[in-house]
Amino acid sequence: MNERSLSTTTRATVPIHRRATLWDRLLEPVLGVNACFIYVFLYMPIVVLIAFSFSASPFSAVWGGFSIDWYIQLFQDSEIARALRNTLIVASFSMLFATIIGTMTALALSKFQFRGRNAFETTLNLPIVIPDIVQGISLLMFLVLVVHLALGLPTIIIAHTVFNISYVAVIVRARLHGFDRRLEEAAMDLGATEWQTFWKITFPLIWPGILSGALLAFTLSLDEFVVTFFVTGPGATTLPIQVYSMVKRGVTPEINALATLMLVASILLVTLSILLQRRRSS
Amino acid sequence: MKKYAIVAGVVIVFGVAVWLMYVNPFSTSPRAVTPQLAKELHLFIWSNYLDPTVKTDFEKEFGVKVIEDNFASNEDLLAKLQAGGSGYDVIVPSDYMVQIMRKQNLLAPLDLKNIANFKNINQSFKNLDFDPGNQFSMPYMWGTTGIGYNKKKASAPPTSWADLFDPAKLEPYKGRISMLDDAREAIGAALIYLGFSPNTTNEKELEAAKQVLIKQKPFVAKYDSESFRDSLAANEVILAHGWTGDIAAAKVANPDIEFVIPKEGSLTFLDNLAIPKTSKNQYTAEVFINYLLRPEISAKIVNLRRYASPNDAAKSLIQPEILNSATYSRPEGIKLYWLQDLGPAGDLYEKIWTEIKGQ
Amino acid sequence: MEKQRERGQLALLLLPSTLWLGLFFLAPLGIILVISLVQRGGPVAWQLDGSAYVRLLDPLHLKIFLRSLTLAVLTTFVCLLVGYPLAYYIAQRPPRLRHLLHFFVLLPLWANSLVLTYAWMVLLRPEGFFDSLLHALGFAEPISLLYTPTAVVIGLVYWYLPFMVYPLYGSIEKFDFTLIEAAHDLGATRFQAFRKVLLPLTMPGVMAGSLLVFISALGTFVVPALLGGDKTLMWGNLIQQRFLSTPQDWPLGAALSLAMMLFMSVGIWFYFRVNRESA
Repeated sequence: MNERSLSTTTRATVPIHRRATLWDRLLEPVLGVNACFIYVFLYMPIVVLIAFSFSASPFSAVWGGFSIDWYIQLFQDSEIARALRNTLIVASFSMLFATIIGTMTALALSKFQFRGRNAFETTLNLPIVIPDIVQGISLLMFLVLVVHLALGLPTIIIAHTVFNISYVAVIVRARLHGFDRRLEEAAMDLGATEWQTFWKITFPLIWPGILSGALLAFTLSLDEFVVTFFVTGPGATTLPIQVYSMVKRGVTPEINALATLMLVASILLVTLSILLQRRRSS
Repeated sequence: MKKYAIVAGVVIVFGVAVWLMYVNPFSTSPRAVTPQLAKELHLFIWSNYLDPTVKTDFEKEFGVKVIEDNFASNEDLLAKLQAGGSGYDVIVPSDYMVQIMRKQNLLAPLDLKNIANFKNINQSFKNLDFDPGNQFSMPYMWGTTGIGYNKKKASAPPTSWADLFDPAKLEPYKGRISMLDDAREAIGAALIYLGFSPNTTNEKELEAAKQVLIKQKPFVAKYDSESFRDSLAANEVILAHGWTGDIAAAKVANPDIEFVIPKEGSLTFLDNLAIPKTSKNQYTAEVFINYLLRPEISAKIVNLRRYASPNDAAKSLIQPEILNSATYSRPEGIKLYWLQDLGPAGDLYEKIWTEIKGQ
Repeated sequence: MEKQRERGQLALLLLPSTLWLGLFFLAPLGIILVISLVQRGGPVAWQLDGSAYVRLLDPLHLKIFLRSLTLAVLTTFVCLLVGYPLAYYIAQRPPRLRHLLHFFVLLPLWANSLVLTYAWMVLLRPEGFFDSLLHALGFAEPISLLYTPTAVVIGLVYWYLPFMVYPLYGSIEKFDFTLIEAAHDLGATRFQAFRKVLLPLTMPGVMAGSLLVFISALGTFVVPALLGGDKTLMWGNLIQQRFLSTPQDWPLGAALSLAMMLFMSVGIWFYFRVNRESA
């Protein structure tokens, strides 16, 4: 993980028929060790977090024997139940809106050429690249100064839908990319209406993409913090906001248990989403 | 052509925005005060400043769900209120902040008829300068700023602000000091250390205080007003600039923790319950405030959070060891200052604080 | 007739996203521009005024910009330095293992980043996990990494490393390794082969990864707050404070946001330029 290991990558390019030098023989192990370190780096916090969620000690950093008390306490915590409810409401609605709107957009972009298409596509991708703090602040200003909308769950749903539209559109478009338009034409030639064609031909072929996009949108919304932080209102606490305030105000190991559960949920959802995308390629 | 489309789009969007700004179809109707309890009450309070069971008990008795959000400084509270943070029904500003909010017309006058338990409050906490006649605020808890330390890990018990600010004495504590993340508190402490008033607006004095804090910064682990209690208890920090109650609570978890008010003097505060003007549930808010002033409720909060109560009637219900502890009483012979509303000069403190944190 | 119907269909399909993005994304960005151009006070007075941009150029702000930029560049650099060999290594594994390794690099990206930052706090705190580990290994001196700049960099690299590896892996996987052999046959040294063949052909991946990491790291405010002990103000903190803490200065906050977007645009412009050159 220093200059040397980078420069050694260059040695990987040695053709097999040449006599291997010391560097060539070292390259493989060095790269392997580098990879090992990175995987340890990536998974150590996750492992420690899960381990401490089962620790009986009231301090998060000390092992105090096995216990599931924090999980029990977690399920009795009404504040967390409320945050969970809020999170699920926000994630469901923003998933629903974003999936419908994103899919429509992807269909339009794959089917039609139109003036201003480039500008439209740029705008569509912008929410993915723009810093989330700018997104959060600008929406907050808009809501407070212009719309005078009370901050709360609806405003969080609005905000999440914005970036989720972009992600869903990207994923559904990828699915539509290999789609054979002649199938639709054939259906129309046989007398199907556009509506029928969509539901009988197009939709069955692209639904894994739609579902995968929907799952991604749900997961993104579940974990979103920065934008939510700005547009949230009184009592509209989502789980990430709850975690942040728990970390800020001092922690009970309850947070380890909460974090572990959130981790497991996100990982399950994403694995599902990726498996769905795989189905496409096979 | 593309350009025209973009220009047209921007014009339309702006048109809509401007239209919305002036017509404002979503504007909320003025608040109606009805003597009926609301279903929910939104409380905006300092972190770790309430016993959670108080909320559930209140719900059991009155059927009103109390939803709590936290803030970390008076200034954050003010900003939230100014930035259309409407929707809160009860807030907890400190003394000088009540004065600022009153001046900015952010508070609703209290109907004392609904707050009969005001009679429980000690006379010395009533009718103070920041709110004559308690028109807008009810005393909640008070405390003092000082230094919490770990007596096993500190080489000698601190006695003076010099033990927190003099770089010559800080080497053993490098990376193990926590300072309040609060402009008025941190700069105020440095001003007292230098022998100035914590309410000064003299730029030279403020500049000197700034230099003290900048020189201290390399030794500081974190600026934090919310979790220094836990950091102290978990031995993460050895010295903590903090408030009485939180340090007393740290002592409960870790008996090595002690508290001292530096001999040069320090700051004291009284936090108050108030109702923002934008609240739509003023009556419910008053019922809740009255509930918090009940002796048994007040004592329950003190027994957990360990700040001092202005509630005379609660005194007999508070654990004696809390009443007798160093964090509960005002020490003899040490000067304690109240923070004052400094008007526009108050911004100077925030500016300096940004400069210190921006170093 | 057909044409008109198609146009109707197109309009119908695009209407919801246009409305949603226009109203809740573009219009807010427009508002930020407007706010940056008006007077401060209460918290905004609708009077045209450019003074926010004068306040933007305060030496303190420039210092903080520079720090945020340095931190973003450093994070990008470390991610690249660590991520490139990793992506290269993964790309050379057999297909099944390759998919698995790739999947496990991306997985933490989907875990809640706040939760993982908190896990790092547990790991790094004095008398915490690392400290005890080092102590057990015989290091007497306690080291407290938590609340240091090192902790901030560790946290940021942790957050953004998957962003770097993903595009890098994409471009290295597509790379045709026989080209390297060809270069050697033509007498190129290993370094030359890397510099003249491998690197240029994987440049789109390098650029895309760096851009993603750079933009994200530039706007960060959570990691410095939690792992850095809220001691060093970053650009993101500055924006947040001017809006959400007193003294409020919304025009300045808006100008700060726009300046951040400007840097971001420079990054994107650079990305497209390099991509075009290497294409």
